[in-house]
Amino acid sequence: MTYVLDFSWLWGSLGALASGAGVTLVLIACTTVLGLTLSILGAAARRGRCLWLRKLVGAYVEVIRNTPFLVQLFFIFFGLPSIGIRLDPMVAAILAMTLNMTAYTIEVVGAGLDAVPKGQGEAATALGMRPRLAFVKVILPQAITVIYPALTSQIIIMMLESAVVSQISVRELAQEADLLQARTFRAFETYLVVTLIYLALSAAVRRGMILFGRRMLGAGVK
Amino acid sequence: MIEFTFWDIVRNLVFATRWTVLLSVAAFAGGAIVGVAILFARISPASWARRFGSGYIALFQGTPLLMQLFLMFFGLPMLGLRIEPWTAAVCGLTFYASAYLAEIWRSGVEALPRGQSEAASSLGLHRFQELRLIILPQAFRITRAPVVGFLVQLIKSTALASILGFEELMKTANAINNATFEPFKVYGLVAVIFFLLCYPLTQYARFLEAKAAAR
Repeated sequence: MTYVLDFSWLWGSLGALASGAGVTLVLIACTTVLGLTLSILGAAARRGRCLWLRKLVGAYVEVIRNTPFLVQLFFIFFGLPSIGIRLDPMVAAILAMTLNMTAYTIEVVGAGLDAVPKGQGEAATALGMRPRLAFVKVILPQAITVIYPALTSQIIIMMLESAVVSQISVRELAQEADLLQARTFRAFETYLVVTLIYLALSAAVRRGMILFGRRMLGAGVK
Repeated sequence: MIEFTFWDIVRNLVFATRWTVLLSVAAFAGGAIVGVAILFARISPASWARRFGSGYIALFQGTPLLMQLFLMFFGLPMLGLRIEPWTAAVCGLTFYASAYLAEIWRSGVEALPRGQSEAASSLGLHRFQELRLIILPQAFRITRAPVVGFLVQLIKSTALASILGFEELMKTANAINNATFEPFKVYGLVAVIFFLLCYPLTQYARFLEAKAAAR
């Protein structure tokens, strides 16, 4: 038996693939912004004075890191409605992705904060900056510069993991692939093309993050 | 309709867990074997082999595991192999694991002082002996913590095999949920079981890391 690869369906499906890739990028962009904000707060809380808050953040990190993303997603999308929280698939996906990524980036951001020398904060205070201003203007930019490569990797890992949200019928790239292959009966070719699109997306996100980092944080970004 | 008590749900999930464990073990063993081969390519003196190794790793680390599993599931039958979800899941997870393990071990090989391999050559060992006797044992030892850390990631990844239709923990949970309509309880229990599998390993990885840092 010989199988002939057939890509004739591809031309008519470019629109669907492009819109799927667009949704994937929107998902990861929202997740990055929300997740980064939460992990800065989380990392600060973990170094804060409040004991129960430190414990709470620690427990959250352990629970998320030791359970699969698919289970978290299903728990949020199928489980939460039974206690009265009903979410749109897109919202559930962004919520699950944000909660998942934050558990990983909290540690990354924390490591970055620890890497900034204490004198930096003291010098900022000596110049008359209030602690919050010193944190935002002096400490945070240096911390982010240090952890930038690790953050980029985390974002790309999350983008690849986001293929799983096709299981709650969010119309992102993997879901478009499922729909296409059901229509064309060309499953292997469809998933091959989509896999290559994911590969291109991760290369593009990496390149984009470097350019963005150089722009925002200066030349120290690799 | 069959009534499920809480203990029925727990019992069914715990029984299904053995398939999750078996799949993790099979994928880890397969991944270690293929991973060593990729490691050899990655640290080979021949530049084409090194390029193949890094291309392989970039391919598997730059694409979603779910897509890799689908490609296995739909691709292997084209080669004339009859394929069950189990085979596709084991093959897919094996290739996925091999890319990560090869990269972890390569970092271990590169962390060794140059003198190790120079000393080996000056003792008259040829390349294969040098790797087998001197380099790899040390590289494996110093990368134990990240390997255990990756094992946790692999166990979590087996949940994706449910999407191919393999009856492991997650797929069983979906079936029970369809019968009981208690997703909060069912997926909550699945999370607890995965946590019980993964948390001890995470702690073990942490212990290894602390031990390595103390030395």
